[in-house]
Amino acid sequence: MNHILLAQVERVAANVPFAVGLAAGAIRSATAVLYAALGEVIVERAGIVNLGLEGCMLTGACVGFVAAYRTGNPFLGLAAAALAGGLFNLLLGYLVVTRKANQLASGLTLLFFSFGLTALIGYDYVGKKIDGLSLIEIPVLSQIPWIGPVLFVGDLMSFAVLPIALLVWWVLWRTRWGLSVRTVGESRTAAYAAGLNPALIQYQALFVGGLLGGMAGAHLSLAYARVWIEQMTAGRGFIVVALVIFATWHPLRAIVGALLFGGAVAFQLQMQARNAQVSPFLLDMLPYLLTLLVLLVWGRRRQYQAPEGLWEVFRGTS
Amino acid sequence: MNRHRRVIPLLSAIVAAALLTTTYASPAQQQPTLKVGALHVGSINDNGYNQAMHDGLMEMQANVPGIEIIEAENVPESADAERVMENMIQQGAKLVYPQSFGYLDPALNVAKRHPEVTFEHPAGYKLAPNLGTFWSATTEWEYLAGIVAGKTTQSNRLGWVIGFPIPNILTAISAFHIGARSVNPNVTTQVIVVNTWVDAAKEAEAVNALADNGVDVVTSIVDSPAPVIQTAERRGIMSIGFHCLCAQSAAGENWLTGIGFTWGPLFTKMAKDVIAGTWQSENVVGSLASGSATFAPYGPRVTEETKQLVEARKADMIAGTLQVFQGPLYDNTGTLRVPEGQALSTDDLLTNADWVVDGVSGQFN
Repeated sequence: MNHILLAQVERVAANVPFAVGLAAGAIRSATAVLYAALGEVIVERAGIVNLGLEGCMLTGACVGFVAAYRTGNPFLGLAAAALAGGLFNLLLGYLVVTRKANQLASGLTLLFFSFGLTALIGYDYVGKKIDGLSLIEIPVLSQIPWIGPVLFVGDLMSFAVLPIALLVWWVLWRTRWGLSVRTVGESRTAAYAAGLNPALIQYQALFVGGLLGGMAGAHLSLAYARVWIEQMTAGRGFIVVALVIFATWHPLRAIVGALLFGGAVAFQLQMQARNAQVSPFLLDMLPYLLTLLVLLVWGRRRQYQAPEGLWEVFRGTS
Repeated sequence: MNRHRRVIPLLSAIVAAALLTTTYASPAQQQPTLKVGALHVGSINDNGYNQAMHDGLMEMQANVPGIEIIEAENVPESADAERVMENMIQQGAKLVYPQSFGYLDPALNVAKRHPEVTFEHPAGYKLAPNLGTFWSATTEWEYLAGIVAGKTTQSNRLGWVIGFPIPNILTAISAFHIGARSVNPNVTTQVIVVNTWVDAAKEAEAVNALADNGVDVVTSIVDSPAPVIQTAERRGIMSIGFHCLCAQSAAGENWLTGIGFTWGPLFTKMAKDVIAGTWQSENVVGSLASGSATFAPYGPRVTEETKQLVEARKADMIAGTLQVFQGPLYDNTGTLRVPEGQALSTDDLLTNADWVVDGVSGQFN
């Protein structure tokens, strides 16, 4: 027994090249953010800004962890997290679609509501141990130098996220439902005139976006940190809202945005682990500086502008 | 307007009632000999600081017959704390534990108004006739944990994940490294500052970054050690816990040990003193000998030889023949901090240290 354990330590303690550590870390940190960003792209394409996304993720993280702990099955946890995220967004839908409440205020209120709700639900589960989504090493491929440890070692959710991004793109741009979502986001009046039911489509978009937001939270609590701690999303929901602007409401550009964010997080930790002579506090600003930079560079280009419907939100008329 | 005037006191009453959530009645139904009130800044099941305090109170209740405990969780470090303490005193509390650093000034205000009630505050730096303070120095335990790490590491690379580079944490890191190098001169310690107390995913990624760079033993001082321990398990590297002995529940076979507060004996003595009328206002700092902290059970990787070595060094420190910060000590920029033949008291370091010993790397500003 001891002999096997020691062999394992020698294997993992081998020094990983900087580029490999950085790339693998970037993917790990980007996965949750990308799930949430894909969901938010769908929601914003339907003309709704969900500032409560952080709360949606947190609800997913909490409910997913509790369900995984109770059932002993991380996949049931993942399903519960997705459902909880979807329901959370339907709550927002009731406020902003049916009751026509202000979107920004409703989102923020739901966010603070979720802080209390998840603290209550997760109360007995803080620091508990679960069998989270396991680490998968794809045979043979994971042995390829440089590329193997980056692309072929991960959890199920990190392998699935790129196909899901493609799926979201395909649904939004190649299906009738996607066209409906985008039409509602550009103009509810035009959608209505075309015989669509804008409220129903916005509810659907919110639910699908919530499924992805809940899964984003579940990646944090079931695959990555594998614990439940109050407010463990730690602001990632807000980063995602910025990332969606950064990605100019496009699911494939969201991949780039999420990787840049994940890369910035991994970069600063890898730099610290190598004792680079740079302030950790300075490095900590990198993800946000990158986002700001892209907003500055891309912000004024007409082709990247937001769905028309969103302007009403910011003007305060919706 | 009239309606609002009625609503506000009603709301305050509901909030106050909600804050005083849990009352642990003594098993016997007779009049309690002592009512104890405790304020916690977080949840009492956080597997960390607050749970250690709660466990201490439960031990006190088990040891002293007829004690009733009123606990309030998630109390903000503001004027709210004063209101919660007043409420507990109205319910008859005669011993009050404001269990977080930020409750010190509110507690001093309440203590002035209620000279008949006794207060005990952790890590405070002010006393009042009816307010005492207590803490437990874990520096020597960190030194012993360093011995365990230094004896067990295969790569001679140790890692720390910390929230912020504050003096007591830098002192802990130094003590840990001094312990490790006393048994393994080749060892180095790398520190990562995550700049938050509570971002579990970032703490996990910090452990990954350390593991990528050859570190095979990690420990941490953040709110909950669970993310660090869990990630270490996943990477197959070893971990050491902090705050609460219960941190071990997050670990598996790669657990080495953990430092946890054991407040039970101290709290028991305080309650007995208050009941007997012999309580005195003082600053109690638990040491290795007085036992207000201890090691959690060792994991399977720690050898008998290491365990015996820890016991021997512990005996030397209690006997006073071994000091953690014994000169000559250089910091990691090469400045001599403690000359040969002298030793530094940890009390001073815990509040003032802005350096770490030679052999520790990390960016702290």
